[in-house]
Amino acid sequence: MSEPLTPDALRDAPGRVVVTRWSLYTGFVLVGLFGFGGIAAALFHVVVERRRWLTASEYTSLLGLGQVLPGANLINMATMVGDRFQGFVGAFLALAGLMSTPLLTLVALASLYDRFADLPDVKSATLAAAAGAVGLTMGTGFKLARNILKSPSAALFALASFVAIGLLRFPMFAVIAVLAPLAVAVEFRKQRP
Amino acid sequence: MTRHVLLTMAITFATTALVSVGGIATMIPEIHRQAVGVYGWMDDGQFATTFAISQIAPGPNILLMSLVGWRVAGLAGLLVATLATVLPTSLVALAAHRAETRLSRANWYAVTRRSLPPIVVGLIVASAAVTARAAISSYVGVALAFAVAAHMTLTKTNPLVPLFAAIVIGVLAGRLGYL
Repeated sequence: MSEPLTPDALRDAPGRVVVTRWSLYTGFVLVGLFGFGGIAAALFHVVVERRRWLTASEYTSLLGLGQVLPGANLINMATMVGDRFQGFVGAFLALAGLMSTPLLTLVALASLYDRFADLPDVKSATLAAAAGAVGLTMGTGFKLARNILKSPSAALFALASFVAIGLLRFPMFAVIAVLAPLAVAVEFRKQRP
Repeated sequence: MTRHVLLTMAITFATTALVSVGGIATMIPEIHRQAVGVYGWMDDGQFATTFAISQIAPGPNILLMSLVGWRVAGLAGLLVATLATVLPTSLVALAAHRAETRLSRANWYAVTRRSLPPIVVGLIVASAAVTARAAISSYVGVALAFAVAAHMTLTKTNPLVPLFAAIVIGVLAGRLGYL
């Protein structure tokens, strides 16, 4: 049994990367700035390639955890990276850095839209952007489906959650409360010989 | 009145985020159900433009919640919506991170990790269906959505490239009277 690695132990372990609070904050401001078209790639670029806070495999394992947890995956990642190097304060600084520029840009964009919403071109552009954004979600769904739905039970769970939320418009809480335990139970049964 | 709306929004967004799996994309149908259906904060058209702007803006997907907040109650709404979505789940992430070594050895964790992705796939496609019904009302729109989806499925370019191509085509189509 090895000791569970607390953020403090990680920070003090010999040979570990040291990341200051300022560096955490500015690093995540960068992620927000680079985040045109999804911040997943930007996060990897800054954390692994540019600042070398984590190795690619450390990053992948943290991302795996971030994806299982509730909430936004990349927000979870930012929280955990911040926590790893500077504890609670680090997590807060990472989140603040990550959110600050995107929130400002968002408000600027929304105000611009409000000002010019009546122009025909702006109307068309917004309709097209909405359609395009639907396409992005759809594309993400197809991409994931191709990689993930490889067994009949997986396809069945995907279909069930799609029908319950997309067509029947059931509350998400109820759907997850029913489907998630069922999916876990099926996976446990598969594991038994 | 505003305080009441802010409280409702905080509770709604926090609980939605806490029970979500697979990230923000899977939460969109629920946010639409609450904002348009249950509380009537906006109509389908307003939700569609909110969704569009939040997708064009650089940054995390959670900007959709932030912008819903901004639309409902200005700066206070923006802050409440963002914090409600981010803070509770971040505390969970913080706790999970500190237990990571133990978690990664636990059998139930491995099993849960394998069992959730199919549900996430269904939810993301549902998300596309719900936003499509709110935001698309022309054949050009349908064609643009499918073109962007196909481009994204088949290539690895930055997703903003097809999105901006769609916007340019949309403006042209609009000038010709097809949108």
